[in-house]
Amino acid sequence: MSEFTQEFKKITREGLWQNNIGFVQLLGLCPLLAVTGTFINGLGLGIVTTLVLIASNVMVSLIRKRIPSEARLPIFVLIIASFVTALEMLTKAFFYDLYLVLGIFIPLIVTNCSVIGRAEVYASKNPVHYAFVDGLMMGIGFTLALVMLGSLRELLGQGTLFSQAELMFGQGAEWMTIKVIQDYQGFLLAILPPGAFFGLGLLIALKNSFEQKVN
Amino acid sequence: MFKNKLIQTTTILTLFAILGASLVTFGYSVTRERIVLNEKMVLLRNLNALVPAEKYDNDLFNDTKIVHDALLLGYKGSVMVYRARKLGQPVASIFDTLAPDGYNGKIQLLVGIDYNGVILGVRIVSHKETPGLGDLIDIPRSNWILGFNGRSLTNPTSDKWKVKRDGGIFDQFTGATITPRAVVKAVHQTLQVYNKHKAKLFTIDDTKQETAKSKITEK
Repeated sequence: MSEFTQEFKKITREGLWQNNIGFVQLLGLCPLLAVTGTFINGLGLGIVTTLVLIASNVMVSLIRKRIPSEARLPIFVLIIASFVTALEMLTKAFFYDLYLVLGIFIPLIVTNCSVIGRAEVYASKNPVHYAFVDGLMMGIGFTLALVMLGSLRELLGQGTLFSQAELMFGQGAEWMTIKVIQDYQGFLLAILPPGAFFGLGLLIALKNSFEQKVN
Repeated sequence: MFKNKLIQTTTILTLFAILGASLVTFGYSVTRERIVLNEKMVLLRNLNALVPAEKYDNDLFNDTKIVHDALLLGYKGSVMVYRARKLGQPVASIFDTLAPDGYNGKIQLLVGIDYNGVILGVRIVSHKETPGLGDLIDIPRSNWILGFNGRSLTNPTSDKWKVKRDGGIFDQFTGATITPRAVVKAVHQTLQVYNKHKAKLFTIDDTKQETAKSKITEK
């Protein structure tokens, strides 16, 4: 049990901070930069990516002793692609408005190197429960990165937080939108693609300077 | 030995391909109906924003006609029209049309016109205009699009159906003239097409066949 706690702590630290997909590994930059115009968009893609990470990690870990090593990469790709396709259809069926926003970025999760990266580096070498936690923590870390960048850009770009919450939580969730700055004129740069690069750079710099101070 | 290994690997790979395919097939069969329903709901929601549900009693979604008029509708050449009726009498029509010359390509819009040729409303269905500038045409971003309500071919007259910078009456946005210009032009053209085809627009004839045929050629 204590071994599990230790490994659990290690995985959590790695996923959320030390080896964060968005801030440290810098993988999955395409969705990270493209959909983070708002908090809700970031959260939506983060959740779907987390589900894919968990599903593929668990699956890969389950079969890790039965697949020949020459064929492992195509098999990983097959597994990931199947899960992503299934999840895309589920989003389309149950969160259609959110699907309209995230649209093409859900299929792009297949090309998010972090998913196959976790399968190869961790899940294919560790038992199922660790692989599950690894997928969960890596996913949460990535979601945090998406959500932080999304909040930053939304705040600077349009002066709000949680706008379009109804896309995820259904009609009646409009109350969640907070107008942080009244009569804000908007700051276009933050919403446009360059703003995503500036924002990500800023957050990484903040993280690094924080780490330096602690050390 | 090598041969055995090869066969083993191939078998396992095939097995996983089959497994993946069945997962996707299963997901498809479970979600298909809901997805079609969702797409229909979103379109109906857009249609009802222009012609309220209590104003008509026909099956608006399926009561469609394709109007061909290459001259007026840019390169697309044809437009899908949803026809609203009450007790068999024509009430309004909704044109599912395109503004081909937006800043970043096509802007898809719905134009609702009542039987007398007065605009009930315009909604943007999809666009790729610049966030923060061109996207002000869309309703959550600004109320600009509501400026078309109540307009017709005589209100304002043809030479005023332009953005203000071109001598018309419609606002443009600071830093973005192309987008509103494209929308104003498309709405004006739609009104002209409506007027030209008004007499035949609501006839029921063999529209069903025509719709089916046009859909095939479009895809």
